[in-house]
Amino acid sequence: MEKTILDVQNLRIRYGGSTTEAVRGVSFTLGRERLGIVGESGSGKSTVGRALLRLLPGATITADMLRFDDVDLLSLSEKEMLKIRGRRMSMILQDPKFSLNPIRRVGDQVAETYLRHFQCSRREAHEKAVAMLEAVKIRDAERVFKQYPHEISGGMGQRVMIAMMLLADPDLVIADEPTSALDVTVRLQVLTILDGLVRDRGIGLIMISHDLNLVRNFCDRVLIMYAGKVVETLKAGDLDQARHPYTQGLLAAQPRIGGTRQPLAVLDRKPEWLEENA
Amino acid sequence: MSFSRLRLAGAAGQLGSIAITLLGLLMLTFFIGRLMPADPVRAMVGEDATRETYEQVYTSLGLDRPLYEQFVYYLGDVLTGDFGTSIRTGQPVIQDILHVMPATIELATFAIVIGAVLGVSMGVLAAVNKDRWPDHLVRVFSLFGHSMPIFWTGMIALIVFYAHLGLVGGSGRMDQFYIGLVEERTGFLLIDSLMAGEMDVFWSALNHLILPAALLGYSSSAYITRMTRSFMLDQLGQEYVTTARVKGLSQRQTIWLHAFGNIRVQLVTIIALAYGSLLEGAVLIETVFSWPGFGQYLTSNLIIGDMNAVMTCVLIVGVIFIGLNLLSDLLYRIFDPRTR
Amino acid sequence: MTVNTHTRRMPGWLMALNNIVVFLLRSPTSAFGLAVLAVLILTAIFAPLIATHDPYVQALGNVLQPPGNGHLFGTDELGRDIFSRLVYGARITLTIIFLVSIVVGPIGLVIGTSAGYLGGKFDMVLMRITDIFLSFPSLILSLAFVAALGPSLNNAIIAIALTSWPPIARLARAEAMTFRKADYIAAARLQGASTSRIIVKSIMPMCLPSVLIRLTLNMATVILTAAGLGFLGLGAQPPMPEWGAMIATGRRYMLDSWWLVTFPGVSILSVSLAFNLLGDGLRDALDPKQMNRR
Repeated sequence: MEKTILDVQNLRIRYGGSTTEAVRGVSFTLGRERLGIVGESGSGKSTVGRALLRLLPGATITADMLRFDDVDLLSLSEKEMLKIRGRRMSMILQDPKFSLNPIRRVGDQVAETYLRHFQCSRREAHEKAVAMLEAVKIRDAERVFKQYPHEISGGMGQRVMIAMMLLADPDLVIADEPTSALDVTVRLQVLTILDGLVRDRGIGLIMISHDLNLVRNFCDRVLIMYAGKVVETLKAGDLDQARHPYTQGLLAAQPRIGGTRQPLAVLDRKPEWLEENA
Repeated sequence: MSFSRLRLAGAAGQLGSIAITLLGLLMLTFFIGRLMPADPVRAMVGEDATRETYEQVYTSLGLDRPLYEQFVYYLGDVLTGDFGTSIRTGQPVIQDILHVMPATIELATFAIVIGAVLGVSMGVLAAVNKDRWPDHLVRVFSLFGHSMPIFWTGMIALIVFYAHLGLVGGSGRMDQFYIGLVEERTGFLLIDSLMAGEMDVFWSALNHLILPAALLGYSSSAYITRMTRSFMLDQLGQEYVTTARVKGLSQRQTIWLHAFGNIRVQLVTIIALAYGSLLEGAVLIETVFSWPGFGQYLTSNLIIGDMNAVMTCVLIVGVIFIGLNLLSDLLYRIFDPRTR
Repeated sequence: MTVNTHTRRMPGWLMALNNIVVFLLRSPTSAFGLAVLAVLILTAIFAPLIATHDPYVQALGNVLQPPGNGHLFGTDELGRDIFSRLVYGARITLTIIFLVSIVVGPIGLVIGTSAGYLGGKFDMVLMRITDIFLSFPSLILSLAFVAALGPSLNNAIIAIALTSWPPIARLARAEAMTFRKADYIAAARLQGASTSRIIVKSIMPMCLPSVLIRLTLNMATVILTAAGLGFLGLGAQPPMPEWGAMIATGRRYMLDSWWLVTFPGVSILSVSLAFNLLGDGLRDALDPKQMNRR
């Protein structure tokens, strides 16, 4: 928490052709910590992540402040943005089945990150990529390097994705539902690998998820989003003391081992949560 | 120009169905040949032949037999490579066609290269700028190429680029005084002239080729453009494109290094089918440019009513079409790592 | 209340047509297509009023006159007024479009729907036949048919019709296959409706809209094929003012008298472009997948 690397004030996003805002005045700051953004589908959490990387073609993004380290993300040209993406800020996408190019060898796709951002030979990039694949605990990295995405498993694919996105040693990584497409059995494994790397390298992490338990275990702080707004910010450990009825409702709707066998609570959405200053 | 032909490519996967299609093709050409109100015997023996010679030829052609028997004979002839004799040249039809084919292949190949380069780049441009002005411009430009009567555009182009501007050669495959200078080895003039070391002929041939090939290519590019655009739009919506952008690749790099690779296989299929459709345009453009190829052979025989030659031409086009479908199917399997 | 029930309501199909036309008019390219077609139809209907000369009357003292001097588009090699010939040519073009449509539509519909509804061997044989027809480029096959039937406008129309039904049949079959499992078809069958009655009364009306769109899309090809046949001397015969045939005769004089080939060509180009633009617009209007895509 020593230094702020991301400062977002009053972020508003409107998709092209839409009359309402998908994100309505989101504010938060991030140090070298792990921040979770939780919300249901359509709450705008993924949109925030993509807006930070300026990857929303046709959308209008406004904010009082959108500062990443020493740069103002709003005023950056597309050309300058190319030097930020992948090098200083990157994003782990949800499903490796779709987020890896099906017709290129996975190793080449990993090495590409390095080749884009550093002056180096192909051999050097290859070595870096293999080392990174080993760092995400892939055994026989040279063999995996030569495989195509359809030849590797989902868990392996997501580790490849992590390798690809951490290879250039960024300051901030956004993980957009990094494990929701994976088998339950490998989720923890992948998350542990990601967590270890993020801690070791001192990378800021934004974990976008709909899974409260996951966020509680792997994040320092949690942002709860509802309908394009942040309704509550909490320390991960204090999640049980949430004050906002939406967060309380979400927590109540969680099944627990050893809990009562009563039907789970159903969220009772209040229209006033949608209001501007709720 | 339809998806049905695409579907046909899938169906043509099995050899058995190809055999049936080929048989159907033969039946169709045979049937069309018999539809003819003109009398083939009269065409062969001449107007003032005696009744006996007429009868003799009539029987020798097997026209007194029942239709299905005639078809079996026809089938046997075709399978042994006998497509009949041309009334005009007195040579076997198939020999005539093989002789004119290289001229058409040369033209069509040049045209498809032009059409593919034009169509693919315009399609990508349109997809990337979907619903903005480059997209609209490309749409109008390519529909224009698709809508022009190519025989007319050929004439206008000849008037403008040959008669008025003198930029290109006129009709034929080369300038008049070069004809017969180069020994015919492959039949492809560009190759033959290079082999003979006759650079003048080579340049003259290229100069004559460029205009008809460009027009044919332009007209075929409409289909390629439309398909490229829709394939590309599909790919641009894929998540791996986002991955590439997140890695720091520019839009241009993302398109050519990532998305394009994924539409390559589909494009090959489309271009193979477009090549087949080019033959259609070739028939008309060859007439306008006096191009001594397959199309001109077909139309000149149509006019004198030599059904042997015409039906063989039609049959060959059908076989080429089926062959191209098969080829594109094959290329699909070769190029896609997922099918390996 | 009684007033309301007595006012004539727009029938459903007319409302749909109206909606489509409104949608098309919003796009400049489709609006252009519609305008050209309107001009074509009006020209064909009022040809005798619009034409400045008799399209067939020769004036051998007045041949190959450039545009101007009472001849808007000049005169041809026999001194006939090119503008008037083009105007009457619109009738021929429209006739071709009309006749091909009324032949191809029903044939494609009947073959496609019965193949799709009945399925099995019947379907296999019919689709095999369409595949055979589809393995030729349409112009080549039309050429073969005209060669067999003899060159004339009527035979050209027959040939074009014979070669353009397979895509329609394929489309109708695909549509019919989606409807054959529907509950209301099962209901009709339970009521004891005969197969032919189900096809005609229940399946065909459902396939009709997409078949009509497909016909529109095909019209550009039909026009180009007809013009091509005319150009090769296998379609309309002289002295008929068919546009393709006019280009063919003008070809001999094209280097000195450009107007002989230019104006008929522009006419063919505009009409086929109009159909293509219209088809493109219709595809957008009726393809919900494309409309929703951002």
